[in-house]
Amino acid sequence: MIRTPSIDWFALTPILILLGSSGLALLSAVLAPKPMRRAFAASVSLLGFASGIVASVWLYVDSSAGHTVIADSFTRDRWTALGQVILCAVGLATSLLAIEHVPAWSRGADPARRDDHIAEFYALLLACTAGMTFFVGAANLMTLFLSLEWFSIALYVMCAIDYDLEGSLEAGLKYLVVGSFGSAALLFGSALVYGATGSITFDGIAQSIGARGLDRNALLVMGLALILAGLGFKSSAAPFHMWTPDVYEGAPTTVTAFMSAATKVAALLLTMRVLQTALAGDARLWTWALAGIAVASLVIGNLAALVQRNVKRILAYSSVSHAGFMLIGVSAGTALGGRALMYYLIPYAAMSFGAFAVVAARERELGVPVTLDNLAGFGWERPFLGVAMWFFLFGFAGLPLGGGFVGKFYVLAAAYEHGWAWLVIVGVLATLVSLYYYLSIVRSLYMRPEEELRVAAVVGGAPAREAPLHVAVGMALAVSVGSLFAVQPLIDLARDAASSLPF
Amino acid sequence: MNATALTSVLIWLPIGAALAIWLLPLSRYATGALAVLVSLAEVGIWVEQAARFDFARHGLQFSERAAWFGDLHVSYHVGVYAFSLWLVGLTVVAMAACLAYGFWVGRDRPRAYFGLMLFLTGATVGVFVAQDMLLFYAFFEAMLIPLYVLIGVWGGAGRLGATVKFVIYTMAGSLLMLSAIIVYGLKSGTFDLVDAPPSASRWLFLGFMFAFVIKAPLFPFHGWLPDAYREAPPEVSAVLSGVVAKVGLYGMLRIAIPKFPDPASYYRTAVLAIATAALVYGSLLAFRSADFRGVVAYSSLAQSGLIALGLFSGIGLGFDGAVLQMVAHGLISTSLFLIAGAMERRTTTGEFALLGGMAKGRPALATLLMTVGVISLAVPGSASFAGEFLILAGVFQRAWWWAAIGAGAIVLAAMYMLRLISAVLHQARGSTVDDAALDLRPGELALVVPLVAVLLALSAWPAGISHHSFAGDSPVSAVKGQFK
Repeated sequence: MIRTPSIDWFALTPILILLGSSGLALLSAVLAPKPMRRAFAASVSLLGFASGIVASVWLYVDSSAGHTVIADSFTRDRWTALGQVILCAVGLATSLLAIEHVPAWSRGADPARRDDHIAEFYALLLACTAGMTFFVGAANLMTLFLSLEWFSIALYVMCAIDYDLEGSLEAGLKYLVVGSFGSAALLFGSALVYGATGSITFDGIAQSIGARGLDRNALLVMGLALILAGLGFKSSAAPFHMWTPDVYEGAPTTVTAFMSAATKVAALLLTMRVLQTALAGDARLWTWALAGIAVASLVIGNLAALVQRNVKRILAYSSVSHAGFMLIGVSAGTALGGRALMYYLIPYAAMSFGAFAVVAARERELGVPVTLDNLAGFGWERPFLGVAMWFFLFGFAGLPLGGGFVGKFYVLAAAYEHGWAWLVIVGVLATLVSLYYYLSIVRSLYMRPEEELRVAAVVGGAPAREAPLHVAVGMALAVSVGSLFAVQPLIDLARDAASSLPF
Repeated sequence: MNATALTSVLIWLPIGAALAIWLLPLSRYATGALAVLVSLAEVGIWVEQAARFDFARHGLQFSERAAWFGDLHVSYHVGVYAFSLWLVGLTVVAMAACLAYGFWVGRDRPRAYFGLMLFLTGATVGVFVAQDMLLFYAFFEAMLIPLYVLIGVWGGAGRLGATVKFVIYTMAGSLLMLSAIIVYGLKSGTFDLVDAPPSASRWLFLGFMFAFVIKAPLFPFHGWLPDAYREAPPEVSAVLSGVVAKVGLYGMLRIAIPKFPDPASYYRTAVLAIATAALVYGSLLAFRSADFRGVVAYSSLAQSGLIALGLFSGIGLGFDGAVLQMVAHGLISTSLFLIAGAMERRTTTGEFALLGGMAKGRPALATLLMTVGVISLAVPGSASFAGEFLILAGVFQRAWWWAAIGAGAIVLAAMYMLRLISAVLHQARGSTVDDAALDLRPGELALVVPLVAVLLALSAWPAGISHHSFAGDSPVSAVKGQFK
């Protein structure tokens, strides 16, 4: 007879809620009549994410002493719970953004097909977020890999869901191929780590390294490197970022908005957890490795963004450079680094989602990819979205218009506390370079000469009314600006979350 | 109302008004009127604060402190010293005049424009009163954002190039300052400017100074200046040279000199050298400049050099003179840019070759330009004469040759300013000067005359500022005590 482990169902509530909603949304794809399908699936999704937030907040409050559950395969602690709150919030905002999401092929084509895939889209979104909320709490290499695949597969399909959209299928395929490569690296690395330590739980690995003095073991070091590479693919840190610009550009912008925010949150939070709980014995190695990856991301992300014309590509490279910033926090390997990362992710997720949402709004009114040229004058035509974009961009650049400023300050402080003054200088120089491309978007929004504005207006036509999109952007704006003023409460949350990890 | 809240009100009232202007669907007229009223209210609040200020007391007054994020000891800490009081006064007065100018000429897209100008007011006041390094940095950067858009949207034909240069230059400096702030703050265990102990690190000093010399600017860090001053709308140029440039000099006075006493004296000769270079080189360029704004722009470079000379003399007279000269030059340069703007509206140009003979039939314009010009060239009895004299007397005690070069440069000031006056007002009538071009209108007079009146009052009683900038009689001991 197989002994089943006792299950802490409460620890799984956010995941179960999201999975249940996903099933419901999927059923509505078949059962709900077409006119109601969009509204029904969207409501299920909104409700699901809202309950997910409530459940994970509850878990946060109720998990002050972190511990592993279900045969040591999942961690119930505040690091997980706060990550789940952020992920569900991003999911909620994405659900709003997707309400008006119309697959490109219905433009001028058959309007009857307009709602064909909307319920599947919501089902995938919910399933994907469920996978991520499981991922951030993974406590052994098996659940780590399982949940990684879980949310990745959902993402592959979401990228390709507008199969008539130019580039969408290509994006999905590219992500699938490169992502599988990353997963394979992670799996291989896990196998090596297991081989070296004889354990798959994070705690067991740490004990084994400590007890048997394995920190110089070649298998383990190789495994560590491969795990870092696999997670680097997901957080799109250089040099594992090659897929990022293409996929971000090709995927439907709604999906890009979601993945730029949520995937990064999940991947970085888990990177920190794995390194701190399982591989802390090798901190000497991975702090330097991560510092190297961070510098590479900052350099490559910022320099490559300078020459782009497509706004989604610019933002994609900017997300690479932000991965670099946040990895600085991880690489410090200190409690300050932990709360720096956790804090940074909050405004970052909001700004990144918001910026892509604004791009989505422009794309929906133009019907073509958004470039620096056809963004001209958008700020004056749609004042709210323009101002919001302005805040997001200056926030990305680390100017004090949003929490990005404090986030950068924190990660740089963590680097300095670790004794890496040189990393502070690198971060600062990267910020200086990044200003150029962020400002080039602001220039397009507001400062183009009149004649160019008229050209864009002809293409654009009358602006659409998109109340849900505005609400989503407004939420992102509120979080991104609010996190500048409410630093103390957020840092307290992040500190409690980080205290779940052994620093 | 609690008197200590006045400082915070001075920062947040204009920012709040900016938000209101952005959110409320006001008409063009109502937007401008609201903005001007708020800026006048700022002046009123400042007068109230100055009236309640105790000049005999040492240390920070009207201070407020609240935790921002406690784990790194960063707080929202604001307050004024006597010298910051004068700079805040300069800010609110100059901003009121510039906002009113924008209202008078009827800028396009009024809600965006006036909101940004008010935001700029709040951020600039914030820099002068922030007593926490990160807060100082936040306001320092927050100033840049509205300036960038104001130049980029409402500027002249070459505005895009000018904004890129301006932003890249200033951010290069301020980001180095950010790294210096992180290192200094974490080392001293607090980011509070009042509590942080002095440091002997030369690297940190250079990190801060780099930001300040770019902002001021001093030679050879002034590459952004001519383009920005020429391409910005005139009232924004006025703010840039009158107020924003003073932020760099204020930073030297508030942070670089008192917090880094040893590095400051180690690098004294180097700073005095680049300050002198700015003074002489700026004056020469102003003399060669072919247009009105060019002269004022380069003369600002020269004046920044002169003020830095006073600050880094390390002598009490130099500090007194520097504060007085910051205020005097701020008012002069604001008035000159506003007059330049009024003139460009009449002639479409600031080129001297196309101007001339404007005094004829335009007594108000001629009188005002002449008065400001004469005060600007430091004619004895004027406010800037008092400021320059104090600075030179201070730096003379350091070493006589600095004073000798400085005094020589003041002769150059007379040359470029008289050249400007004669090229615009006198000589043969220029090709763009039409007899129909009106004299200054009452609205324009209402902007510039108060500025000139304040200048004249300061000329009559320069000690009002120079003896009331540092508590007690010895600025040097105040600086040594880091103002506490």
